[in-house]
Amino acid sequence: MLEINRVSKTYPNGVRALEALTLTVALGEIVAVVGGSGCGKSTLLRLASGLDAPTEGAIILDRDAITAPHEKIGIVFQEPRLLPWLSVAGNVGFGLENRPRSERNKRVAAQLDRVGLTDNATVWPRELSGGQAQRVALARALVMRPEVLLLDEPFSALDAFTRVDLQDHLLALWADGKPTLLVVTHDVDEAIVLADRVIVMRPRPGRVQQEIVTDLPRPRDRQSAAFDFAKRRVLSALDRSLDRRASVDDRQTLADEGAARWW
Amino acid sequence: MTASADTTAVQTARPKRSVSRFMRPALGLLLPVGLAVLWEIAVRLGLSDGRLVPPPSTVYEMLADLARTGELQRHVAATLARVAVGFAVGTAAGTILGAVAGYSAIARGLIDPTLQGLRAVPSIAWIPLFILWLGIFETSKIALIAVGVFFPVYLGVMGAIVAVDRKIVEVGRVFRLSGFALVRRILMPAVLPSYVVSLRAGLGLGWMFVIAAEFMGASEGLGYLLIDGQQLGKPAEIVAAILAFAVLGKLTDWLVVIATAPLLRWQDAYGTGPEKS
Repeated sequence: MLEINRVSKTYPNGVRALEALTLTVALGEIVAVVGGSGCGKSTLLRLASGLDAPTEGAIILDRDAITAPHEKIGIVFQEPRLLPWLSVAGNVGFGLENRPRSERNKRVAAQLDRVGLTDNATVWPRELSGGQAQRVALARALVMRPEVLLLDEPFSALDAFTRVDLQDHLLALWADGKPTLLVVTHDVDEAIVLADRVIVMRPRPGRVQQEIVTDLPRPRDRQSAAFDFAKRRVLSALDRSLDRRASVDDRQTLADEGAARWW
Repeated sequence: MTASADTTAVQTARPKRSVSRFMRPALGLLLPVGLAVLWEIAVRLGLSDGRLVPPPSTVYEMLADLARTGELQRHVAATLARVAVGFAVGTAAGTILGAVAGYSAIARGLIDPTLQGLRAVPSIAWIPLFILWLGIFETSKIALIAVGVFFPVYLGVMGAIVAVDRKIVEVGRVFRLSGFALVRRILMPAVLPSYVVSLRAGLGLGWMFVIAAEFMGASEGLGYLLIDGQQLGKPAEIVAAILAFAVLGKLTDWLVVIATAPLLRWQDAYGTGPEKS
């Protein structure tokens, strides 16, 4: 169980990104976090991954306080962030370096097979398409068999077809080991396709606006009335969360997102 | 010259290979070879006596003479040894200091301003001081070459480490790498391409500085051959030495490229791609 307990984050430049946020995610649950720019959703993932430390509060995974990257927590970023000097198989096996070679090879091969990239095992990352590269990033995180997988707008840089394809693919992969998924997204459809619960956040400072349970039966039909109903609820909560005080923050977030298109 | 003959030979031997593979170097050879041939004809026809600008045949005879007596080999060996030792020393110092300055902001603040200040000094200006400190023989020459090699390597390594993408370092952190493991598995491969570029730049400067070093009083070496040719009025000897420098410079640069190519195969997919044309 992942517990985020009254966590606040103030950046050194004085920006209050998160304000006393509390969220508990059960093992195997899929939770999506949506919200406008500057609502602290990416900050939340960085804190949960241990890459950044909270200013106040604590993040606890099964009684371990998360203060640094943890072996049971994997993360997939918006960009694949593959290491260009390693082959696809080398990237997938990156975190398994300390394991015996035979075990590493077996797990990498199995994971590549699972994401449908067996034929690309020896290829360099630059030769992959955006969707393939993000599959490799998923495989690199999943091959570690994480208990919690964090996904920071994982498909937002992809075209609509690839995005839908990868959302279904992610659910299939999730069904293998049923890890806890915490997905940050700004795509409401994506949130409802994936999640059991959608957390709508509001900005400045980031906190929870509303929690919406979206436990429709799986697989979910994107065209169904129930799907549409859930979508309306999330959208109206989002609408209420948008406190229209557009400021420098938005432009800053845009610039950050531009800089983030790296892989 | 012989190079173009070789090219045609290879071309006929492997006719299936794309012609443009050989056309481009052939095109590049056209100008120098053409000029040399024209000059040879001009001298043969008596349009010039070729005394100050020797025709290719005279230069070739000079090279052959030097090679027969073993002079050429002796001078080449002396110069190569100086460049090799100077390059090794300069590269080692540049790599270590560049790595330290790139890795630690405190170290960078401490040593970088001083080194940048020293870099602004034209390196030839060190010659008198090096001679006073280290004597007229090998040590001062090697020191000068090492200084020339040092700066591009130092700047290349430091700049490359500072420029490593934070996002890719985070990937290392997510997999709980730190300290030496992070350096070995993330930073080193990430800086390797720029490192090779700075090694080649350093080597180029090393060749430049070996001439300056040999001008400051040497009894052997290609730089000595240049001075000797000037003092005895033998332009063919000067041109022969210049040719030797060109060949050696290109050859050693090529060695660096060949030696590092296996480590940079991942870059090949782009630009230099395997037979894209």
